[in-house]
Amino acid sequence: MTTDKAGRVHSRGDAQAHVAAAHAGKGQSPLLRITLYSLRHPWRAAAAIGATIIASVLQLLIPRLLGRAVDQAQNILSIGAQEAEQALFWSAVTLLVVSVARGFFTLCQNYFSESVGHHVGYELRLAFYDKVQRLPYAYHDRVHTGDLITMGLLDLDGVRMFFATGLVRVVLLSVLIGVGAYMLLTTDLLLGFLALSFVPFVAWRSSVAQLTLRKTWLMLQDKLSALTRVMEENLGGIRVVRAFSGQKFELGKFDHASKEALELSHQRVLIRVRNTSAMTFSFFAAMGLVLWAGGNKVIAGEMSVGTLASFLTFMTILQMPVRQLGLMVNSFARASTCGNRLFAFIDEPLTIEDKPGVPDLKVSEGVLRFEDVQFTYPGALYPTLDGITFEARAGQTIGIVGAPGSGKSTLAHLIPRFYDLTGGRITIDGQDVSQVSLHSLRRAVAVVQQDSFLFTTTIENNIAYGDPWSKESRIERAAESAQLHNYILGLPLQYGTVVGERGVSLSGGQRQRLSIARSLVLKPAVMVFDDSTAAIDAGTEHRIRSAIRRYAKDRVTLVISHRLSSLLHADIILFLEDGKIVERGSHEELLAMGGRYRALYDLQTRPDNDVHFGSAAE
Amino acid sequence: MSAIEQEDEDRETARFPGQRPPRASVGSHRIEEEVFGKAYDPRTVRRIWAFVRPYRRKIYLSVAAVLVFTATQLAIPLIIGRAIDSGMTQGGNTTNLLWAMGAFALAVLLNYGASYMQETQVGQVAEHVLFDMRRAMFAQLQRVSLSFMDKTEVGRLMSRLQGDVNSMQEFLETSVISVGDMVLLIGIIVVLLSLDFRLGLLTLSTMPVLFVVRIFWLPRAKRAFWAAHETNSITAGAMAEGINGVRTVQNLDRQKVNFDLFDDKAYSNLQTQLTGSRYAQVMVPIVDSLTGIAMAIVVVVGGSLVLNGGLEIGVIVAFLFYIQRFFDPIRSLTMQYSIMQRAMTSGRRITEVLDVPASITDKPDAITLTREMDGSVEFRDVVFGYSDDRPVLKNVSFTVKPGETVALVGPTGSGKTSAMSLVHRFYEVQSGAVLVGGHDVRDVTQESLGEQVAMVLQEPFLFTGTVFDNIRYNKASASLDDVIAACQAVGAHDFIMRLPGGYDSVLEQRGSNLSLGQRQLLSFARALVADAKILVLDEATANIDSYTERQIQKALVTLLKGRTGMVIAHRLATIRGADRIIVLQNGELIESGNHEELMPKGGLYAKLYNMNYASFDDIPDELVAKVNARAAST
Repeated sequence: MTTDKAGRVHSRGDAQAHVAAAHAGKGQSPLLRITLYSLRHPWRAAAAIGATIIASVLQLLIPRLLGRAVDQAQNILSIGAQEAEQALFWSAVTLLVVSVARGFFTLCQNYFSESVGHHVGYELRLAFYDKVQRLPYAYHDRVHTGDLITMGLLDLDGVRMFFATGLVRVVLLSVLIGVGAYMLLTTDLLLGFLALSFVPFVAWRSSVAQLTLRKTWLMLQDKLSALTRVMEENLGGIRVVRAFSGQKFELGKFDHASKEALELSHQRVLIRVRNTSAMTFSFFAAMGLVLWAGGNKVIAGEMSVGTLASFLTFMTILQMPVRQLGLMVNSFARASTCGNRLFAFIDEPLTIEDKPGVPDLKVSEGVLRFEDVQFTYPGALYPTLDGITFEARAGQTIGIVGAPGSGKSTLAHLIPRFYDLTGGRITIDGQDVSQVSLHSLRRAVAVVQQDSFLFTTTIENNIAYGDPWSKESRIERAAESAQLHNYILGLPLQYGTVVGERGVSLSGGQRQRLSIARSLVLKPAVMVFDDSTAAIDAGTEHRIRSAIRRYAKDRVTLVISHRLSSLLHADIILFLEDGKIVERGSHEELLAMGGRYRALYDLQTRPDNDVHFGSAAE
Repeated sequence: MSAIEQEDEDRETARFPGQRPPRASVGSHRIEEEVFGKAYDPRTVRRIWAFVRPYRRKIYLSVAAVLVFTATQLAIPLIIGRAIDSGMTQGGNTTNLLWAMGAFALAVLLNYGASYMQETQVGQVAEHVLFDMRRAMFAQLQRVSLSFMDKTEVGRLMSRLQGDVNSMQEFLETSVISVGDMVLLIGIIVVLLSLDFRLGLLTLSTMPVLFVVRIFWLPRAKRAFWAAHETNSITAGAMAEGINGVRTVQNLDRQKVNFDLFDDKAYSNLQTQLTGSRYAQVMVPIVDSLTGIAMAIVVVVGGSLVLNGGLEIGVIVAFLFYIQRFFDPIRSLTMQYSIMQRAMTSGRRITEVLDVPASITDKPDAITLTREMDGSVEFRDVVFGYSDDRPVLKNVSFTVKPGETVALVGPTGSGKTSAMSLVHRFYEVQSGAVLVGGHDVRDVTQESLGEQVAMVLQEPFLFTGTVFDNIRYNKASASLDDVIAACQAVGAHDFIMRLPGGYDSVLEQRGSNLSLGQRQLLSFARALVADAKILVLDEATANIDSYTERQIQKALVTLLKGRTGMVIAHRLATIRGADRIIVLQNGELIESGNHEELMPKGGLYAKLYNMNYASFDDIPDELVAKVNARAAST
């Protein structure tokens, strides 16, 4: 969609259709699939191919016309002057017209084939982006973000450009070489062979060169990213470097990475130069042969000078396109590997999506139930959660505590269905979370995560991330409850201050408060704090808690924390160990029980008195 | 008021279908300034030349090769023309043809050699210069003061180390070629005019037309290309953000809004790309038409000259050959101008980095601090600030005896971290002195100071690489056994052994596959392996789970054994375990003594301690302020 200056949007409305089209053709070989996908723009594609054929035929006419003109000029003395001049004049006019037409059709060829590529790129980008957003946590846990970004940029480019650099070039080269060879060979068999003799050699060399260059390019990228990493980590960790006087050591690391990259770059220069020089040489050698053999034929009276000249110009015209044969081969190779990766991604099955025809979640009483919930991560041998059963009513707070790896965060991620259970069920007001629409479920359940992503935009937009239609009043109320409002007012542009990677950087505690505000804006029925106050001091945490308690009466609150002071006020506390609930009860009950909770409590409230440092210890 | 009405009241509604939400955006992008600067700046060129100078022989060689190469290109059509005119008629002279063939072969061989020579030399020199520049910048950044690094974004520096250096490389590679283009252009003009002055002049008259067209076309096309480039980065940025933040996006159910906003960006990119394409392609028919005109002129005028006996047929053939190559040099020469503009800007940016002064350097007679020094630390009337008018430390004096552990305590902004940085001479004091082992830190070499003073920072920083390399870091003499011993001492050995490759496990992305507590333990092990006499440590403030926390406390005891310790302490356990506590407030030392001595005094320390928080950082700023106010009033 495009937005005009008034902020109005012109609907194109076919974005979703593009996404759907990208999913068609599952199981086809990547090249076929790209071709068919490109042909979704039949007019542009037809224009590109038609123009390519016309332009190459016109291109081939030029040497003929030139040859004829040369002959006319040479024979000018033998024929009558007037007549000859007239013939030359018409030759010139034809040459001019053909040249202009060739220019025009070359423009069409290039423009329309690029246009197909840009459209394909646009549509695949949408499909890619859509897929990224839909794939579940389990997929994103498995795949590196860097690999996804590379796929969305480089692989997509490889696919997008296939039409222009691969398919259209096939047409261009077939016409030029095919028709050209026919014209040359029918004119003079020997000279034709000689004139075309450089073609197979150049085609071979340029294909080998391009494929080698591509391979070494990928290697070079690896080396360069290693170099980038050395520099980036050095600059980011400059204090560590200085603290350990590691400057020389770092320069050593840099030189090592740099040297490897430099050697590979040199190698690539050599590969390129060797091949281009050899190709130029073979071309000129062929030209020399044509000149020699043709010259002898002219002398023997078997050929006119014009025909010889037309052979020579033919060769100059064929030279560039034939050299590009390597690029074409490369384009096929690239499109095939890139297409494989990209389409595999687009075809990746969505393990978590709306089941057909599921209703929206309707929250009435606000009762969250875990019924014998079991969960095992894909590929894991043991369940992370096993036999989890509890019930929480609106207004209640459930505390969850346990050692790292006991399954606390996993439990939080199951409620909004970031993962699907492997056993049991979770219900909200009696509705199984897997049997309602994801959209309605995630609106109703807010998980405040340990480290929520900070988007590079204004604080206001960040807080309103879940509901960008929120008015200022609502945003400010959420920020106030999260104890962030006063801090924001102290910033230069207040709520309009840009934060994140390219803006003001927030401390860990401020970020956590911002993500609490983010969830509060949504007014969820179930709110889960997943260790989301770890970096907030106890006093501020206390104030946040009392501020949101005012709104908490219609809401189930789950608090996951290793800091017991955060859990004191919970109605029920669940103690998790190895994925099972081993103790449950209120704070007082658990203390009285004298079990694991008690031990943890003692550990946290009475720090070691036996710690002692330095000389006095001896 | 019902809940539903409340809901409507604080939400805005769309005024027309398809309207984008008022408070939403995807992606962020730093708009780089478009470069329309000077194409030649003598000062920058001089600086760049310093990098090229070591390779100047190769440059001269390749310029010579370019000249030979261009000459052969000019010669080949001439030879063909001569071959035709010197006897290529029916029953003509084969000997002349043989001579021509000899000349042709010579030209082709020279062409081959020259092009090989030129391209390898230029390519390699450009690569060398690129790497040298980058190294010089990188080496300079190792020397510059930390105050410079503090206020400079890593991303900005990286773009200089990469983008700017790359545009210099492009400039070097193309500039030798453009020397060739220039010569080729002049050569063609000279050859055409000398072959036949009238015909040459007529044919050349099409050249200025192209110049004029390109002068009008270039600025517009550049803007269009720039816009295409910009929208492309914007779209890529939005995509990267969508990938990095995907968990939060799903968590907050923003997929639909984001998809529409991304569509906006991608679509506007499509539009600018198409515009860019149009600008790029419009030159094709113009050049082709001009070529057509030139050919027509040669045919008509040349033909009539032949009729008058003023021209030989071979000359016409030569002309037609030259016309095919006619417009190439003009095209690349006008492009070279933009490349030069870009290179000058990049060159300026590169020299800016190279010119950042290294404010902290070793004195020429600096001594080497050895292990034999006693390991004491002394602050003598230290005044320090990041700017002259705002002192962070005001006249601070204290001594840490060899082997003693001192806890530095105080509210945020009291100057603890600055004091710690001074021990390692990260910054220079404004007045007074910091002494390590009895020597002023300004009198010893920085390298030896670093060997005797180990530091553990609050945020553990790990490098991509194996666990072993991270712990050993700069200490090449440390063996695997040393590293294992250190890890066992700090209690990191067990979890390291549980990693898939043990000590050879590669830590991806700065150890993001480890928990904060584990990273902390590794940074302890690193300090232990460094085996310095003095340890300066900034305790982590972030809440670590109680189990790891306990492990860290134990490790701390091991780490400080037999060393002088300065600890910025946040945890009561650490503070109480110290031999001495130094309380800082607003850059001044207000109390000093051990726990038992300070408690009865009833000062800031006692008050903070009595609040019964598990850590001093848990105490809200307001309470600290209140305590201070009370302290001030009494």
